[in-house]
Amino acid sequence: MTETRLPGAPSAAELFLRFTQVGASGFGGVMPWARRMLVEERRWLSDEEFSEALSLCQVLPGPNIVNMAVCVGTRFRGARGAIAAFSGLLCLPFAIILVLGALFTQYGELPAISAAFRGISAAAAGLIVAMGLKMAASRRLRSPMAVFALAAFVGIALVRLPLGVFLLAAAPASVAAAAWRAR
Amino acid sequence: MSEALAQLAIDFSLLSLFAFGGVITVLPEMHRNVVEVHGWMSGAEFAQLFALAQASPGPNILVVSLIGWKVAGLAGAAVATAAVCAPSSVLTYAVSRVWQRFRGARWRNVVEDGLVPVTVGLMLAGGYLITLAADHSVLAFVITAATAGTVLTTTRIHPLWLLAAGGLLGLAGWV
Repeated sequence: MTETRLPGAPSAAELFLRFTQVGASGFGGVMPWARRMLVEERRWLSDEEFSEALSLCQVLPGPNIVNMAVCVGTRFRGARGAIAAFSGLLCLPFAIILVLGALFTQYGELPAISAAFRGISAAAAGLIVAMGLKMAASRRLRSPMAVFALAAFVGIALVRLPLGVFLLAAAPASVAAAAWRAR
Repeated sequence: MSEALAQLAIDFSLLSLFAFGGVITVLPEMHRNVVEVHGWMSGAEFAQLFALAQASPGPNILVVSLIGWKVAGLAGAAVATAAVCAPSSVLTYAVSRVWQRFRGARWRNVVEDGLVPVTVGLMLAGGYLITLAADHSVLAFVITAATAGTVLTTTRIHPLWLLAAGGLLGLAGWV
């Protein structure tokens, strides 16, 4: 079994504290802050270890950054570490967003606020479009495998298939195709 | 009320396990559940909550907290957030204990090569649907396109500036 107590490994309290900072510092993407904390400031992970952990967190379902907290916590302090890093990451942002939500409900009807939010919503949508296009330019899509990206877009955005149904068919097919190509 | 809580718990824990590539890939499914299936809010409200989550510090998964909160108050927020995080976190906990052993294993790459294209398609679908939900005027579409264009062509600009620019144009009454 993986050794959970490495020499010089951060304590659960330290994990909680550092992930609290990470969670509260990132706007529109926390992963770069996690990398800065883990690799550059604390040196809990090497560059390569971070990349490996990241690819694991991307392969697994769920929010990548939450997976990263669980993964790092587990690595140093087992289940306690995972819980510490996880709650550190989420507690403060959760409280902040609920306050913002309450303010928004209170004042969101004001014409100025709702007008501003029409603009903010449009810009927020643009951020997501850009993220998708950036990923679409990735090396892994310069191959016939891109047909699975197209299928996902058509199936989900245009045909509006339920995600579960689509994934149960498409994910095995796509992985099988990747395996066949890698023969 | 407790029915809504149960529904939130079921919906979001399933989403947790389907969210390959992060929360944005399940945005279309969230929209389908929340707006189309349950009718908890309008598409525009959904887009606003999403924008609020983007403008707030922390992981953007927290849009789920806002949805839960809108549906069933504080309990809804807690249930939805726990539901969307717990199943995937338990899985990550289990896998990260053994993953080191498969370092450099060929099937690891195969799984990644297979999942990435699907993830990208889902991401694009999310962008498409949130754009349709958020934009109700020509200028709104222009803002969306300009924001995306800026992110794609500029190396380092903080997303908050772009959200603020959109907000100012909105305040000016143009959107």
